Amino acid sequence: MAKKIKSSFINMVLTLMIITMVASLALGSIYNLTLEPIRAAKKAAAERAIRLVLPAFDSLSSDTLWVRIPIDSTLADQGNGGQDSLQFFRAYKEGRLAGVAVATFSNQGYDPTQIQIMVGFRPDGVIDSTVVTQQKETPGLGTKMTSPEFNGQFAGRDPANFRLLVKKEGGDVDAITASTISSNAVCDALRRAYRTFESYKNEGGIEE
Amino acid sequence: MNQWKNFSKGFIKDNPVFVLLLGLCPTLAVTSSAINGLGMGLATTFVLLCSNIVVTLIKDFIPNKVRIPSFIVIIASFVTIVELVMQAYSPALFNALGIFIPLIVVNCLVLGRAEGFASKQGFISSVVDGLGMGIGFTFALTLLGAIREMLGNGSIFDVKFTSGDAILLFVLQPGAFIVLGYLIALINKMKKTS
Repeated sequence: MAKKIKSSFINMVLTLMIITMVASLALGSIYNLTLEPIRAAKKAAAERAIRLVLPAFDSLSSDTLWVRIPIDSTLADQGNGGQDSLQFFRAYKEGRLAGVAVATFSNQGYDPTQIQIMVGFRPDGVIDSTVVTQQKETPGLGTKMTSPEFNGQFAGRDPANFRLLVKKEGGDVDAITASTISSNAVCDALRRAYRTFESYKNEGGIEE
Repeated sequence: MNQWKNFSKGFIKDNPVFVLLLGLCPTLAVTSSAINGLGMGLATTFVLLCSNIVVTLIKDFIPNKVRIPSFIVIIASFVTIVELVMQAYSPALFNALGIFIPLIVVNCLVLGRAEGFASKQGFISSVVDGLGMGIGFTFALTLLGAIREMLGNGSIFDVKFTSGDAILLFVLQPGAFIVLGYLIALINKMKKTS
């Protein structure tokens, strides 16, 4: 074995400097290499979610539309976690608006990780379907929010007469057994999406 | 050194989870299902192998007093590379493992092998050790995850074999401790009788 380098001050500084420089160089180049694929993967994931929650469509408007979240006393988190608008994706079939997918969220989950949900609205405001795109709830309990059984209850409902609250709080939503907090968080996210969609509609955003 | 012995020690005799009790924090946290255990194990194996190789190659150039920070930088770099590459080319797996990937940095198994083995041994031994330990770790995590998933969710690798609910406790944190305790007892018994 070659002789070990002495632990003198200059040796230590030099070694650490070289190691960190090589490491940052490697990381920087890997980051640049993966930047495009990561962006593409994220876009593909968003598109997959949109296809899941909307009726069949043939084109998606490419521009990003951010709609301000209206002030609403029914939201559990009035500050909206510091985020003031939601992203809308408009889908068209044969030139007519087929539906709007809204990327909504809630910070009221059991885990501090933000819950993200893609909600598909038909032009008349009826929910087509919903899909949870990000959550870190308790495995086996809160994670059931991703199940078709739970999400299925929102499909085809009009939030104007289907109250997006769990039954315990006087709403129409069947909560997940032993996961009231997670169920509430989903309702919170859906209410946020619906109020925002409504205000967008009232401002004339949904026009044929 | 007998390389086969060196490789196989990771399975039972020096199994990182059941015998050395290294890296228990991610072990207990991620093994709520078999597939999570397997993914975490494979990612850790990759990092372990790469860091062992680099550490054994540059061990003679690192002054003794700064070896730990140097190892940490090397390990953290590999973890970040795994994270970025996984996010780019396997987003589904990345979503499933999520925050557990960065946690590999603080897995003392990786640092433990770098410090306790690779920084003292030759190249071949270090590669074999990294592979053996990594596979032993993967095996332990998958086993733990499979048992917890079977008892807690009535499924294995996401394939349901019972209908209805199972013993949820095993998917939650206490279940991790209970299953790990019984497995360690079992391994100790096996080691004694053999």
